[in-house]
Amino acid sequence: MRFSEPFEQRFQEMASHYPTRRSLLVPTLLYAQDEVGFLSDEVVAEIARRVELTELEVRNVISYYSMLTTQPRGKYNVQVCTNIACLLMGGEEILDRCRLKLGIREKETTPDGLFSLEEVECMGACCWAPAVQVNYDFHEHLTPQKMDQILDQYTKKGTERRR
Amino acid sequence: MADLVSHPDEVKVVSKRFGLGATEIDRYLELDGYKAVRKALGMAPESIIAEVKDSGLRGRGGAGFNTGLKWSFVPKQSPKPKYILCNGDESEPGTCKDRLIFEHDPHSVIEGVTIAGLAVGAHVGYIYIRGEYRYLSEIMQKAIRQAYARGFLGKNILGSGFDFDVYWHGGAGAYEVGEESALMESLEGKRGIPRIRPPFPAVVGLWGGPTVINNAETLASVPHILLGGAEWYAKLGTPKNGGTRLFCLSGRLNRPGVYELPMGYNLKKMIYDVGGGMAQGHTLKAVVPGGSSTPLLTREEIDVPMDFDSLMKVGSMLGSGGVVIVDDSACMVKFALRIMSFYQHESCGWCIPCREGTDWLKKTLTRFHSGGGVRKDIDDLQYLSENMLGRTFCPLGDAAAMPTISIVKKFRKEFEDHLDGKPCPLEKAEAIERSPVMA
Ligand SMILES: Cc1cc2nc3c(=O)[nH]c(=O)nc-3n(C[C@H](O)[C@H](O)[C@H](O)COP(=O)(O)O)c2cc1C
Ligand code: FES
Repeated sequence: MRFSEPFEQRFQEMASHYPTRRSLLVPTLLYAQDEVGFLSDEVVAEIARRVELTELEVRNVISYYSMLTTQPRGKYNVQVCTNIACLLMGGEEILDRCRLKLGIREKETTPDGLFSLEEVECMGACCWAPAVQVNYDFHEHLTPQKMDQILDQYTKKGTERRR
Repeated sequence: MADLVSHPDEVKVVSKRFGLGATEIDRYLELDGYKAVRKALGMAPESIIAEVKDSGLRGRGGAGFNTGLKWSFVPKQSPKPKYILCNGDESEPGTCKDRLIFEHDPHSVIEGVTIAGLAVGAHVGYIYIRGEYRYLSEIMQKAIRQAYARGFLGKNILGSGFDFDVYWHGGAGAYEVGEESALMESLEGKRGIPRIRPPFPAVVGLWGGPTVINNAETLASVPHILLGGAEWYAKLGTPKNGGTRLFCLSGRLNRPGVYELPMGYNLKKMIYDVGGGMAQGHTLKAVVPGGSSTPLLTREEIDVPMDFDSLMKVGSMLGSGGVVIVDDSACMVKFALRIMSFYQHESCGWCIPCREGTDWLKKTLTRFHSGGGVRKDIDDLQYLSENMLGRTFCPLGDAAAMPTISIVKKFRKEFEDHLDGKPCPLEKAEAIERSPVMA
């Protein structure tokens, strides 16, 4: 099981920040997931070993945090906020547009593996609602038309890289 | 990157470096950066605490506890290490201010954490940033590295003999982790299940050591207080509500955004002057004054000073600074349902009144909103919510119950309009039906 150089450096550095190894767990899981795409059995086993916990203990933590997943997702995870500020500004229409355009529902992935969709809670973009995060990138002040364009851009980016 | 706004009534204290490039330490130093730490190094811990107490600074995370007073609860002698924990989990719906602080002025948070450390005799501070804020966590990591490189952190800071380390920490998506005891659990690498109190974190916190937990905005205010003085800061606000705070105005306004206004600023003025009033074609129906957990105010109730005590007097709370303006196109039953779905999703499931209460309320509201409600449900919603109050392990249960009670009480007519199988009068043609994947 190999992670990237920056991952290893960060891990090394963080290990000196806490009196217990266990404290490394949550941020490390998220960084590992970002590299591998999801928390595979192999990743879970490796991280459990590194933080000196059992795999069961690690899975117990994974199941608590909504960003962590043990299932593969699309290359671009489209997260649409429909919480109160976004709801008032048309967040549900944005979610609908994504469903329509991508042909999937929440927690599903497009057959080409490019996109998955999620309805999420407030992401701290309330004043710039409605808002969407694609992986970690914020897209704000959205309209259904803008959402289409954004999805088109990601499609282009995703398919270009593959060629 | 979130847009910045401005209004002549603003008093910029924590936001004074926004947009000025202060993430770079050289620029931060030009803008009075790290002067407060220098000053604090020459002060007795008791004087730092007294200054913060006298400034009337109250926690910006929601509860509004006097910050200096909180610090004074930390025992002087402790066999276990003491810690400072900055709460940057920012996830109360309607709130997006800590994001701007991290984005534009990360060093002010580092400085605030260091000063808190000096005040209570801690040598380690953690800055916890929610997982979704990845770019902010990178900004913070860089700021911390710069602060170490310049001797503002680490061993013997500025030749004072005082050692202080600051580390960042990241979450992975959980509202409940913003609750102070769940925050510590999360930092310790566990599920964010709250701890029973007492003992309070100031006495038994991270790894059993005394721990000060403060919101990011609270800590970012501290350096300004030390430099400007308690009296100056206190006078910016109203009695017992010192200073300014960041208000996040959202909803169908002409100029939504994060504005820094003096404590006690009138809510109506905030909406109509600062926020530019309602956007064309919309009228105001209700206001969420301080994040989704605070009881809603009706149109008639908005002539109120925005400070902790005044909001308490009108039966609500100043909360987290998230001011959400609800316009006439919104259905209050749907709004209550969305709030409850959030709390049901975020309940950690540890205690029964919260786990079962939020679930039952969500189910009732869902059925009710879709036209399957009976009159008794309206009373049941209120009864059940009232019975959650004060009976849950942590205040998440209260956070779910409070807005619900206020909506049922103040907008009962809208609930009645959903009775007898009537479709929601405000719902647009159900969007889902248009979607082929749902067919
Ligand atoms: C369910 C729940 C969620 C909370 N979320 C946050 C949060 O995201 N950020 C925050 O600063 N405080 C949050 N709080 C308040 C914290 O428990 C704590 O009171 C606060 O961080 C203390 O800092 P302060 O005194 O500076 O406000 C939350 C409280 C509860 C009950
Ligand atoms: S409600 Fe959508 S970002 Fe806050």
